[in-house]
Amino acid sequence: MAAVITAPPRAPEKRSRRRGGAAWARRLVFVIAGLYFLVPLYAAFRFAISTPDGGISGAVFAGIPAQEGFLDAITLTVRLAVISLVITLVLVVPTAVWVHLRMPRLRRVLEGVTLLPIVVPPVVLIIGVLEVAPPALKGTPDLLALVYVVLALPFAYRALDSGLQAIPLRTLVEASRSLGAGWGRTLVSVVLPNLRSALLAAVVLTVAMVFGEYTMASLDQYETFPVWIVVFQQANARVSVAVSLLALLGTWALLWLISLVDRRRPSPEDA
Amino acid sequence: MRQRELPAWVGVVPFAAYTLVFLGVPVVAVVLGAFVDPATGGVTMANVGIATSGVYLRGFGSSIGLSLVTALVPGVLGLVLALAVRASPSLRLKRAVATASGVFANFGGVPLAFLFVATLGSTGLVVELVKAVGVDLYGAGFSLYSFWGVAIVYGYFQIPLMVLVITPALDGLRPHWREAADNLGATPVQYWRHVGLPVLAPAVLGCMLLLFGSAFSAYATTSALTSGSLALTPIQIGSFLNGNVLSGQENVGRALGVGMIVVVAVLMALYALLQRRVSRWLR
Amino acid sequence: MTTTDTGREYGTRTDPASGTRTGVAVALRDLNRRFGEVRALDGFSLDLAPGELVTLLGPSGCGKTTALRALAGLEDVDSGTVVVGGRDLRGVPVRQRDMGMVFQSYSLFPNLTARDNVAFGLRVRGQDKAARRRRADELLELVELAGRGDRYPHQLSGGQQQRVALARALAPEPQVLLLDEPLSALDAKVRVALREQIRAVQTRLGTTTLFVTHDQEEALSISDRVGVMRDGRLEQIASPAELYARPATAFVAEFVGTMNHLPGTTTADGVEVLGRRLPATTDRPAGAEVDVLLRPEALVVTPDPRGSGVVVATTFLGAVTRVHVRLGETQRSGARPGQGETQRSGARPGQGETQRSGARPGQGETTVLVDRPSSAVADLAPGAGVTVEPAPDAQPLVA
Repeated sequence: MAAVITAPPRAPEKRSRRRGGAAWARRLVFVIAGLYFLVPLYAAFRFAISTPDGGISGAVFAGIPAQEGFLDAITLTVRLAVISLVITLVLVVPTAVWVHLRMPRLRRVLEGVTLLPIVVPPVVLIIGVLEVAPPALKGTPDLLALVYVVLALPFAYRALDSGLQAIPLRTLVEASRSLGAGWGRTLVSVVLPNLRSALLAAVVLTVAMVFGEYTMASLDQYETFPVWIVVFQQANARVSVAVSLLALLGTWALLWLISLVDRRRPSPEDA
Repeated sequence: MRQRELPAWVGVVPFAAYTLVFLGVPVVAVVLGAFVDPATGGVTMANVGIATSGVYLRGFGSSIGLSLVTALVPGVLGLVLALAVRASPSLRLKRAVATASGVFANFGGVPLAFLFVATLGSTGLVVELVKAVGVDLYGAGFSLYSFWGVAIVYGYFQIPLMVLVITPALDGLRPHWREAADNLGATPVQYWRHVGLPVLAPAVLGCMLLLFGSAFSAYATTSALTSGSLALTPIQIGSFLNGNVLSGQENVGRALGVGMIVVVAVLMALYALLQRRVSRWLR
Repeated sequence: MTTTDTGREYGTRTDPASGTRTGVAVALRDLNRRFGEVRALDGFSLDLAPGELVTLLGPSGCGKTTALRALAGLEDVDSGTVVVGGRDLRGVPVRQRDMGMVFQSYSLFPNLTARDNVAFGLRVRGQDKAARRRRADELLELVELAGRGDRYPHQLSGGQQQRVALARALAPEPQVLLLDEPLSALDAKVRVALREQIRAVQTRLGTTTLFVTHDQEEALSISDRVGVMRDGRLEQIASPAELYARPATAFVAEFVGTMNHLPGTTTADGVEVLGRRLPATTDRPAGAEVDVLLRPEALVVTPDPRGSGVVVATTFLGAVTRVHVRLGETQRSGARPGQGETQRSGARPGQGETQRSGARPGQGETTVLVDRPSSAVADLAPGAGVTVEPAPDAQPLVA
């Protein structure tokens, strides 16, 4: 029979030391990543607040809204974002739901289609669009919004597709239909509420895409927000950097808020 | 009361039509234009000939090279970061990294160029700092505006992109596999070599392909950073659109566009083959 | 040089003479583990004799899995010792503990074939390919999966996967085999077949085995001894027969099988219940009012139009039928279903085994459950008047 050795009341040491090693490796990864991502932000911030005479001033941030063209650029970009978002959702949501319900075998095909915008670089796509677009559309920035929908498709579709995978869609729809609800009502009051997270992700990705897209907008010669930053940089580089920093941190804060709201939603059991 | 069911394909018509109009038609226009002689309107291979020689061939070379490097290296680094975040017990950290990845993956263009000019430009913060301790980066041949300089900048959106797209795949790694491997006497290295990485391989490959596409079509950042000193295909295409065109070469830009599509398509085909090999166990 | 090597001195290996192995002894001493406010292990001690199969049984959250994981090294303990084959495992990492473990489900490496899964433990020990292939095939044969070696896990059924997992755990000839609810994700039929197979393989190899389950039938059917756990402690550990017949506490009595609670009175040498005197041990003085626990099969029900009981329902359980009888004023009592049933509300249908399919008495109702051969219940339809009394050889438990 085994001899029992009395032990001091402490957990196995070697094991915790091994875990400690993994924790140190992790910390090292975070420190390196933190340096790589934060040092450039800090460098740009220092550049923005330094004044030509060698002093430091935060006034550059306060003056942003008054800069020439800033509000126009923001207005235009918001407009494009709204148009693209509406079209994207109207196009992607019913299609994704339909495919899940009626043609599950088409999922792979559709997945392939949504990959196409990655195969076709935006710079190539805009050449073709400008070539075939009717003159009436060519004269308006809304053409950009229509093309942005194509760029947003992969992200939006993927987000929704995984969201649909995660819910018992067929059961939900059949239950709703058997209780007498029509297709429209089923979609709006049964399916969409269950896709909250996925929809949120699709919205965020689409809006972020529009607010960051430079290639097409600049080649189509409209001054959206990203284009304005570049144009204005020639006039006042410090303001341009300050705006970029604010935009970056602002988006981050927004995403953080959304992730908090999303996490707080009641779980299915409470609903 | 009986309702006639619509045929199943009706549901995808709007989606298919939109994609056709805004993606299919323009692409076809580009492809056709690539083979048109702007002077005569006849069919010609001249555009393709120009697009695959000289400065344009070199452009493809650097573009492919840069995209491969910035798909593989940030791909690996992003994977390591995502694994570290996953292993961390802190929920706050996880949330911070998840949201930050979303933001940084979409960051690019002039703002990004600015960040790095302020950091690694010839009078940038880090360059000045290491100069203070006696290392002259630019004297040693480094330049932010070179291939490797641009690669470092690309990492700023490529690594977060990798974290963003690989994280869902990491949830597929079951803790029981690690515990079973531990139990059977495997070291952490053995676990990753025989189980962890092979299981992740299909997802990692797919994500790296996405990273390649993202780098290959990146236009804004490079255009802002190098203003043409580094010849990359998207920049060259852009210059055709901006009207810097020699007479008779108007359609070379389209031929370059076709070239880009072909490169990504070939890569996707290779990926499909490779995928079949690494995911044998999935089928 | 490594701890594994020293372990081999104590560890028992193939006996060269007979070709059979004898297991090692395992001792868990005074283990404590807290998760916040919850004491998962509260001074938990357990001994396993060499070659023995011991099962830890208990409701979810009782600490049985924590105990098993502490032995494996997958869970840290706040204090206490783990000794296997004479070696103190404090500070020994999981991978050097030389234990085979089977998890609840989905623990096979999905990228490896069944054979490569089984051979994994040998591969990381540096065995050459031919040898580990031979050994893997040998083990696949042992679990009756010869010829399935080239399949990937997703091409195998749940039961087959768990058999591969068992073979994988056994391949490196572990000192101890740990089974963490390996059957609970399987169909009822597969479960029964596989548990018998596990027992047969374990008996043949003589590997000391710790098995964890919340299924009492599983525990009772394959174990040398069963330990019932509650709140991080061992309530009772005994052979299955002993546990069923002589539960040490009311918790054990109700967790293992179904118990009727009947009011009784102590006598000089036992207890009087439902008008019959039965021998029983109790420390209460004669004449005290006590709670008497009797199994459904220890009661006899007789049709009697003038009896004080009325049949409320019958439940067909195969060979026996359980008769639910409401007793009148003179025969007041109450039956409670096994603890296992009430605590496992999430259990799948079909998991309930004979002893557990109790009635659901409402508040204040006085229903007893009586088992009777299914061939003799024709005159016991609901509404029939009956008399209930203990069988002459009943062994009551006095609470």
